[in-house]
Parts: sequence; C-alpha cells; structure tokens
Amino acid sequence: MPLGFVATYTVAIGPAEAWELVVRPRVGELLWNTVRLTVGVMTLTTLLGVGLAFVVERTDVPFKPLWHGLLVAPLAVPAFVNSYAWVSLDRSVTGYAGALLVVSLSYYPLVYLPVVASLRGLDPALEESAWSLGHSRWRSFGSVVLPQLRPALLGGVLLVGLHLLAEFGALQLLRFPTFTTAIYDLYGSTFNGAAANMIAGVLVLLCLLLLLAELRLRGHRRFARVGQGAARQAVPVHLARSRTPVLLGLALLVGAGVGVPIYALVHWLWVGSSTEFPVGELLAATGSTVGLAAFGAVVTTLCALPVAWLAVRHRGRLTTLIERSTYLATALPGIVVALAFVTVSLRVVPAVYQTSLLLVAAYAVLFLPRALVSVRAGLEQAPVVLDDVARSLGSGPLEVARRVTLPVIAPSIGAGAALVFLAIATELTATLMLSPIGTDTLATSFWSASSDLRYGAAAPYALLLVLISVPATVLLMRQETLER
Amino acid sequence: MSRVELAEVVYAFGHGADAVRAVDGVDLVVPEGSFTAVLGPSGCGKTTLLRLVAGFLAPQAGTIRFDDAVVAGPGRVVPPQQRRVGYVPQEGALFPHLDVAANIGFGLPKQQRASAAGRDRVAEMLDLVELPREYAARSPHELSGGQQQRVALARALAPEPSVVLLDEPFSSLDASLRTTTGRAVAHALQATGTTAVMVTHDQDEALSLADQVAVMRLGHVIQTDAPRDLYRAPVDPEVGAFVGGATVVEARVEGDRATFAFGSAPLAAPAPDGEARVLLRPEQILVHRSEVGARVEQVHFYGHDAAVRLRLLPDGPALVARVPGLDAPEPGSEVGIGVTGPVVAYPTTSPTGVR
Repeated sequence: MPLGFVATYTVAIGPAEAWELVVRPRVGELLWNTVRLTVGVMTLTTLLGVGLAFVVERTDVPFKPLWHGLLVAPLAVPAFVNSYAWVSLDRSVTGYAGALLVVSLSYYPLVYLPVVASLRGLDPALEESAWSLGHSRWRSFGSVVLPQLRPALLGGVLLVGLHLLAEFGALQLLRFPTFTTAIYDLYGSTFNGAAANMIAGVLVLLCLLLLLAELRLRGHRRFARVGQGAARQAVPVHLARSRTPVLLGLALLVGAGVGVPIYALVHWLWVGSSTEFPVGELLAATGSTVGLAAFGAVVTTLCALPVAWLAVRHRGRLTTLIERSTYLATALPGIVVALAFVTVSLRVVPAVYQTSLLLVAAYAVLFLPRALVSVRAGLEQAPVVLDDVARSLGSGPLEVARRVTLPVIAPSIGAGAALVFLAIATELTATLMLSPIGTDTLATSFWSASSDLRYGAAAPYALLLVLISVPATVLLMRQETLER
Repeated sequence: MSRVELAEVVYAFGHGADAVRAVDGVDLVVPEGSFTAVLGPSGCGKTTLLRLVAGFLAPQAGTIRFDDAVVAGPGRVVPPQQRRVGYVPQEGALFPHLDVAANIGFGLPKQQRASAAGRDRVAEMLDLVELPREYAARSPHELSGGQQQRVALARALAPEPSVVLLDEPFSSLDASLRTTTGRAVAHALQATGTTAVMVTHDQDEALSLADQVAVMRLGHVIQTDAPRDLYRAPVDPEVGAFVGGATVVEARVEGDRATFAFGSAPLAAPAPDGEARVLLRPEQILVHRSEVGARVEQVHFYGHDAAVRLRLLPDGPALVARVPGLDAPEPGSEVGIGVTGPVVAYPTTSPTGVR
C-alpha cells in the first residue's frame, strides 16, 4: 500500500511538476548528504563489525563473553537516545563527522552479530584445509573464510543501510539533514505532502536500490557447509604483543558505544537542572507505550502467521511473491509508511485518522518482516511429518493446527511477538506522525523534551526506553547465534 | 483390524511428459492380521505406496480397500483422519511439546484422553511395547532413538487402527538397537493381531520380521511371498540377489537336475530342458580342502561366519561361499568346491516373462 501510494502520487502529480519538485538544489544537497552518510556508515560498520567479530571469535583475547555482551549492548540503546547522549554532553558533535561517529556506534552490532554467528558456525576444517594446502593463516582467512562470511556480512550491511535511510530522530538531533529529516520538516511545516511525498519517492528508490544491490551481490552460490557432523572449535589466533592494543581498542569502543550513553543518562538524571520526575506523566507514557506495543505485537504476529504458513507449507510463485512483498516493507522507512497512512486515511477514511487503529496498522506494515522471520524459522523447523502423524490419528486440519503446529512453534511466535513489541516501543517517526492527539509514548515524550533541549527532562524517558530494549537485545543475540 | 487390498494403483509425480510413475499399477493384498514388508531399493516407490494407503496422497488410478470399504478409488478419497491408520514414520516423529503419555493418548477420543480409561490405555500400550510405565511422564527428548520408536508404535496402536503403516521405522537406529527394537515392534503387532505394512530397504529386516514380503522395483510389485519362499525361489535372479547373497552361474537343465562347471544339483522347481542360469546362495556352496578346483581370492571375516570369494580354476567365474568363521581358508590357497541343496534355474532361451 505505501509503495503504491508513492507511485500513484508521482503519476497523479504529473511528470513535469514531479520533476520540478525533485530537481532542486535543496534536493541535491539532501541527496549528497544521504549518500555520503550511508556509504560512510556502511563502510565503517563493516570494518568494525568484521574486525570485532574476528577478535572475539578467533583470537585468544581474554574475557570473551564479557566483550561479546558489551559489543552487542548498543543495540539496546535506540539511536536517537545515543545521539541525545552525545549532543547533550558536547554540542560540537554535529554535522557529517558527528553523524558518522554516533550512527556507526549505534549500528555496528547489526553487522557484528551475524558475522560472529557465521564465524562460529563455520567449520574450521575449511580453513585448516586451505592452510594445509600451503596458504598462510592470513591468506586462508581471506580466501576461504571471508567469502563464507559474505551472506552474513551483506545482510548486516544492508540492514545498516536501510536503518540509516529510515533514521530520523538521531540525525535530527545531530542536525545533519537527510531525506528522512527533510520529509518530516516539510510535512510539519506545510502539512501539505506534495514536496514531502516526492522526496519520499526518491528515498524509496534509494532503499530499493540497496535491496537490489544486496540480492545481486549475494548471488546464487552455495555457502552451506557440506557434510555431516558437528564442527569443531577453531584454534584461536595467539595475540601475543598486540594483546594490549587490542584490549585498549575494545575498551575505547565500548566506552564510546555504551559508556557515553550511560554516563549521559546518569549525568542528566542526577545533575540536570531540568530533571523532573513527573511520575504521573511517566506512568501514562509507559502505559500507552506498553499498550500500543502489546496490541501492535499481537496484530502483527497474527498477520505473520498465515503468510509464513503459506510460504513454508504451500510454496508456489504466488505465495513467494506475497512473502517477498512483505520483506519489501523492510526497505520502507517509517516516515514513508506514516506519510502514506496519513494521506490515504485522510482521503479515504478520515474517521480513522489519528486513531490508535491507524497507528497499529502502520506498525503492522513496518514490523511484519520481523515477526515473519521468527515465525517462518519456527515453521521450517516443525517437521511436516508431525502433521501427517496427527492426521493419521484422526485429527482434521484445524485440529492439527491447534493441537500440534501452533504449540510446536509457540516459542518462535513468542520471540517474533517480543521483537515486534520492542520495535514498536522504541519507534519514533511513525508514532510522532500518527499517534492520536493527547497520546504520548515514551519515545514521543522523550522527543519533545530533548528537541526543546530540556535534556534533564528527557533523561527518565530515555532510561525507560533503554530498559525496555534490553530483553529484545538479549533475545536477538540468542536468536542470531542459534540460527546459524 | 482390516485386510488391505490395492488394485491397479497408479501414482505419478509431475505432469505430462515429465511425469514419473512412482507407483505404476500395483496389486497387493495384505491379509487381516498379517505383517507385510514392502522391500525395495531407494526410489522404487515404496514410500509413495505407503503414503497412498495412509491417505496423504490420492492415487490417480486404481482402488485401495480396507476390508470391503473403498478408501481411495474413482471419485472417492477418504481423508487420512477418517481412515483409522496408525502411521509410524522414520525417527518416530513424536510430538515434541507433549510428554510420552500425551503422545500415546493423542489419537484417543477427547473424553477418554483425560479419564482413567485413557490413562489405563496408555499404561497398557507402554507394557505392550515393553517400556516401563514411569516413562509416561517423560519428554520425547529424554528417550533414546529405540525408545522413541516404541512410543511411536504405542501411539499408533492406542486408538486400535485398521492397519499400522511403518515407514523405514528402524533405519535411523544403530545396528544392535535395530534388532531389539524390531523384535519388540513385531511382537507388539502380533500380540494385538494388527494388520501392518512396513516399508524398508533392508532385506534382513524384511525377512526376519514380516510374514509376507512384497518386493518392489521401479514402481511395480515384482513378487509377493512368505520370506522363506521368497528366499528359496525368487522370481528372477535380480530379486534373488536383492534378498540375499547370490551367485548366478551358467548351467544346463536336464530333467530334474541342473549341471554346471563344478557339479550338479536338483531343481527346486521344474524348469524346461536347455540352457539356463542357476542361482546359488553362499551357504549352498561348500568349501573343502580335499580336492582342488578354485582359488581363494578374498576372505571377509565376520566372526560367526566368513564370506569367501573364490575363482574357479583356471579362469572360471567368481563365486561367493559362506563358511563358519573359524573354518575360513587363507587367501591365495586352493580349495575344492561343491554344491548342496536344490537350486532355482532360469531358462536363458525363454525369459521368465516378468522381466
């Protein structure tokens, strides 16, 4: 629906006017900003992600589990909370350099996590074979291990790119204008979507471009390990003299990625002059956040069930198309989805505009892929033969679903719902644009305080946001490591 | 318990020119209370056959009857949940979210499941498959592979099915467990008088457990017989070689005897005079030290017995003999050979008609 909206809008407005709206110096500037930030962050997160994964997974660095936990921890801090931490402590952290630093620190775990999981699942016998065939240890890594990491790496980097193109809060705070922030500003100032919608179109094109690039680069080669049996642990690389610099580097990174936000939160909670504890408002915001997130999670997961079931059990062209089209939603920034929902609801069903119903529908579109991934993985692991056995024991199709399939995949359904719950709880952009008047969530309350530079007042909301994100991070960590 | 009858059953995968006839006009009668093994190499269509009987697939032609009721035939296909079949797949496929008792009770009527009668039935089934009653509270993952298979059989038997279908039930078990589990399963089926069809590629399993064996090849059932008859008189040399060790040699049939390069033997069944091939089982070939007639090429020692590969002197065909393990000759030595017992002859001039 959002995609169709952007397309029809472009057609309806007429090519001439569309061209005029798009080809402007302002748009050129935004494009340059968006592209250089995306490329910069993708490069930096790749280097950080692969490097850190290698250090933690393949060297004899001490306290591995501790480092692993700390390196994943930034996932629990929403990017806009992280920017708030940096900006509130040092006003000079703005512009390209600031944005590159802060956003990379927030997003590198998206690369690190799948690469670590992939490295862990890799059979060291491959590396050893290359080694025994005369390649040096480093050359073996480059010629055998890196190509194997490619799917995980590409997937992670794609996620970084898509997140970045959709990022609004963090970049707004860092005062680095991109397409997403410009759409919001245009929408906010004029309330007329013409310009906003056209820029949204360009943004969607960029996202689709990324998605296509990833598909293209991934190719069709087989990467799975051939053969049976469990892979052994790899023999770790002895760090020797580089041990101290490596430890220092890790400490520095963790300090910047986790230490700074924690310090900023504590600082503003204790010392902030504008710090106040409006318990009533905090409770109300928490209540509406939890309510919306829970309702949204249930709706989204319910939508994911039939799609996943069709995709796994009744594979065909149509079902694959349906499934793929929901993944397309991953490429749609929250702001575009929100814009589409605003415009379409105002024109078609004005009654639902600014109701929770519309907001939850937007959440469902945005986060369906997250639920789908979990539910699908669960269904794929639930053997069809269980259905056969249940049928032979006298159960009809509905009874099989109720007594066998659903109970068997219940953990995956739960994990999917939890992921969606937490994604909704920390969602900012669509919530800002679509939430009913008078409904404040933790994210929107935090946003109104921090964008007014009342850093202290924003702190309690930020803290609650971080606390709410911790379980999701743990869940994600486990899922990633188990899946491979 | 029902008699199961398949007539002219056809099932093809794919459409048009690409269609592969996995089951190609199969006729098979499984008498009431019989344990029938469907034996064949992988890809012969035996699992498809089983799935047709279970109702997971519908035949494109032919009929399947349980007693007098047509469960699949022109214009009528009874869905699996109404056929009352007990299905035991490879590796058991126990429901992972249910304990042993709930697995076994799964197919019982709803009001019976929670009642004392249901619990009694579960205990009875555990006794039947020779598992301790305390296992009722265990989770499937706490059981060994063999125990899981026993629970899977108990689950299939609990609702008193018309027929139990076993799909390579022991193939994932290791050798020693395979034998004991197989015996326990055969015993439970016999004790309840259940009609059962087991699909397997393992001839030892088929011959030792079943009372009737149907050999399948390329979608056809080639021969259906009692294990003893199948082993003694296979319908052609290929079936003979599939159900056990076999050496095929050129021979000449005259009257009720066949004569070949190293002796002669009475015929197990009448055959026309003339050129023929005879099938010799390894245990029919005798090795003795008194005369010289063959050279020992290889010896495979299994302990209880040994397979001795011989070459007829000076450059005759290769033969395989089975001798008690400790009596095996040394490789390279020269020995005398003879043949005991009746043999089956297949005329080379007029083929048997089946092939």
